[in-house]
Amino acid sequence: MEILYLLIPIAVIVLAVAIGALIWAVRSGQFEDLEGPAHRILMDDDDPRIPSRRREDTSEEDKDRST
Amino acid sequence: MSEEHHSCFHCGQPVPPGSHYQAVIDGEARPMCCPGCEAVANAIVEAGLEDFYRYRTENAPNPAQLVPEALKTLDLYDRPEVQQRFVSGEPEEREASLILEGITCAACVWLNERHVGNLPGVLEFSVNYSTQRARVRWDERQIQLSDILRAISAIGYRAHPYDPHRQAQVQQRERGRALRRLAIAGLGMMQVMMLAVALYAGEDQGMSRDMMHFLRWVSLIIATPVVVYAGWPFYTAAWRDLRQRQLGMDVPVALAVGGTYIASAIATVTRGGEVYFESATMFVFFLLLSRYLEMGARQRASAAVENLATLLPALATRLNAQGEETQVGVAELVPGDRVRIRPGETVPADGEVLSGTSSVDESLLTGESLPRPRQAGDGLIGGAVNVESPLEMRVTRVGQDTVLSGIQRLLDRAQSEKPRIARLAQRGTGHFVLLVLLLAAGAGLIWWQIDPARAFWVAVAVLVVSCPCALSLATPVAMTASTGQLTRRGVITTRGHALETLARMDTLIFDKTGTLTEGQLSLARVRPLGELSAPRALALAAALEQGSEHPLARAIRAEAGAPPSVERLQATPGCGVSGEIDGVTYRVGTLAFVSELSGIEGGAVPAATPGTSPVYLGSGEGMLALLELSDRLRCDAKATVAGLQELGIEVRLFSGDDAAAVSRVAEQLGIQQARGALLPADKLAGLRELQEQGQTVAMVGDGVNDAPVLSQAHVSIAMASGVELARNSADMILQSNRLGHLLGAVKQSRATLRIVRQNIGWALGYNLVALPVAAAGFLTPWLAALGMSLSSLLVVLNALRLLRGEKPASAPDREAGVSPLSPVADNEGRPG
Repeated sequence: MEILYLLIPIAVIVLAVAIGALIWAVRSGQFEDLEGPAHRILMDDDDPRIPSRRREDTSEEDKDRST
Repeated sequence: MSEEHHSCFHCGQPVPPGSHYQAVIDGEARPMCCPGCEAVANAIVEAGLEDFYRYRTENAPNPAQLVPEALKTLDLYDRPEVQQRFVSGEPEEREASLILEGITCAACVWLNERHVGNLPGVLEFSVNYSTQRARVRWDERQIQLSDILRAISAIGYRAHPYDPHRQAQVQQRERGRALRRLAIAGLGMMQVMMLAVALYAGEDQGMSRDMMHFLRWVSLIIATPVVVYAGWPFYTAAWRDLRQRQLGMDVPVALAVGGTYIASAIATVTRGGEVYFESATMFVFFLLLSRYLEMGARQRASAAVENLATLLPALATRLNAQGEETQVGVAELVPGDRVRIRPGETVPADGEVLSGTSSVDESLLTGESLPRPRQAGDGLIGGAVNVESPLEMRVTRVGQDTVLSGIQRLLDRAQSEKPRIARLAQRGTGHFVLLVLLLAAGAGLIWWQIDPARAFWVAVAVLVVSCPCALSLATPVAMTASTGQLTRRGVITTRGHALETLARMDTLIFDKTGTLTEGQLSLARVRPLGELSAPRALALAAALEQGSEHPLARAIRAEAGAPPSVERLQATPGCGVSGEIDGVTYRVGTLAFVSELSGIEGGAVPAATPGTSPVYLGSGEGMLALLELSDRLRCDAKATVAGLQELGIEVRLFSGDDAAAVSRVAEQLGIQQARGALLPADKLAGLRELQEQGQTVAMVGDGVNDAPVLSQAHVSIAMASGVELARNSADMILQSNRLGHLLGAVKQSRATLRIVRQNIGWALGYNLVALPVAAAGFLTPWLAALGMSLSSLLVVLNALRLLRGEKPASAPDREAGVSPLSPVADNEGRPG
């Protein structure tokens, strides 16, 4: 049972880490939109999220569609 | 699906018979209900975004509300003086936050992001689905903000910039803080609970003293941040209550949490007795959770209200002596200024017409449903809308002296005199809390005589078991569940008491124009007076009216197909239009104007049905047709009134419109008590009379003239399509503009009240049993905490029953082209 004297403090440290992680998530805005991302993953070509690649991709897209 | 052919593929509204609008989507011609939907569907297809129809789970909004005037004003958003309020960044990278209206499902988000993101010059466009807000970054050298907003309206949504610094940031901070507290309380509670289980088991099975002591210390370390940081709001609220000499629910909560924690901490440090950290942390967590949910509902409601307010400043076009135009703020106008009012613009102040002939729409100010002609020398009321052609006016009264300010003063007085209905939740809370505190102190004192060691714990057990928790949760949880449910169905609650009062109301007063009716003229029927058939007469009238922006002209055009071509169109404002079709000269307009050309053969012209506005069509041959237009009833008005009467609510009608029109509407809807031609002050007097008879009165309205009454009524509902003043005076807002949702809201509010009563009954009954048991010393605090948790849980689960119910409808009201007899569209989303 002496091992508990080590394990429980470790558990407390893990708890502190978990709380820290949650606070970081709240700060970085991960709780701002709880519904959107779930749907977004099902939509095709969500590259408007990637500004650098957007131009070329979409122009090809349009060509594909028009053929 | 057969249903496909009767409902618009885009918005799901019924397609009026004989409509020919359609769009080719994925190689198939799909029916559309109106030119608005057709244009939007084509824009979506042209942008290569047909996938939208595959992804969507709800129908898209009906874009009919996108009136051309609104699009014209978008240019104002490009002006630097307007932009400085909501745009930041350099010209090559500007940034703004937008409110998007009409987001019904995730596909709408995808569609907007793809469509706007592909515009040259847009650097980033991301939509938050939960809040329906969007962030846009653009390069001003390539694209203007108004172009972005126009692109959004092209696919059938509305966007307007908002100032995120006002409310949104405050709310975001508040949310973040609450979430942090909740996270700490939740995680801490779990850990402390595990240790507590170990301690209870150790009691039974013999754990070493040292180990128990160690576990208690660890519990103390974990519970400290939970109690001190997460529980902080309770102590400040309790302190505020005490300073104001009130007893709210926070007082026993703070006492129980603080007392339990301090006593346990002392017990830990001095190695004496039991610890009850788990009770304290559990308490904090449960209460924080309920408050977080409540806050979420409140913020959603306030965000929805924010959607209705646009940032556009009130500007007027002032003319100097040379006739040069300058844009000035309405506040800067002084009596004597000359102002130009273009069609579609609002009259900035009271004054009189100097030149020009037009008609103005005062429906929101007076309830008058028809635009009234105005020419040089006539008076103008600030707030009316110019509909036809440009006017020049001289300002005579500004600020405090205007008609609008007079109504505003009525409103302020009404607000201060608003009768209050005592609220179920607050009644008795103070007494109950006082009783519990006295009981706890009494039990502690008595036990002090018997067994000093146990006295404190008995007092704590009484405090904890009395479950201020269940009582303080009873109302908010039910209210929160209902408010959320109603918000999803398009009814926004802006004031806390609204739901409860709505459940108790027994008299409901409707305004007519814009509330029971659509507030826009539409063609009721065409009566041929000569050889022409009705459809042909309609086509001719529409052809003549094709250049006019008068509401009568627009209503006629909306019903007609492709018009024949016209030559030599000539409009005479306030009278009508003449023109040549196939070599024959026709006139359309007022009786006097048309009969100049057609002549009247003794009494051959029938008078129009009372309550409708007549438009005549004639040629040199004689009178050809009479077109009757009226402000059409909303399609669900009849069903709503009948439903309300079934619930035992007395429905009345108060309107500023003329008595004939009012009694016609009342008759159609089966409303017994209708009064017309009322000024705002008369409406107010009528309402007070009812209130003095002891009735609980609700009011539904949309105009400036309704605002004082909305304020004075026990509970009031404003139409989202109404003016800001009315929306601000109301306790609830009908965001969807569908009266059917009002009936749903009344039913929902009654269900809520039932649940609240059950909850309070349960909490009180439980206390009656538990308090004596605890005071007698039979209950250890942990048993008390268990009882408290279970009773809280029961209350919450009971309130969650309110979340069951029909799926929310999605599309807003039709505004064009559905016959009044067609069944109400049930806009359940279909997988597209």
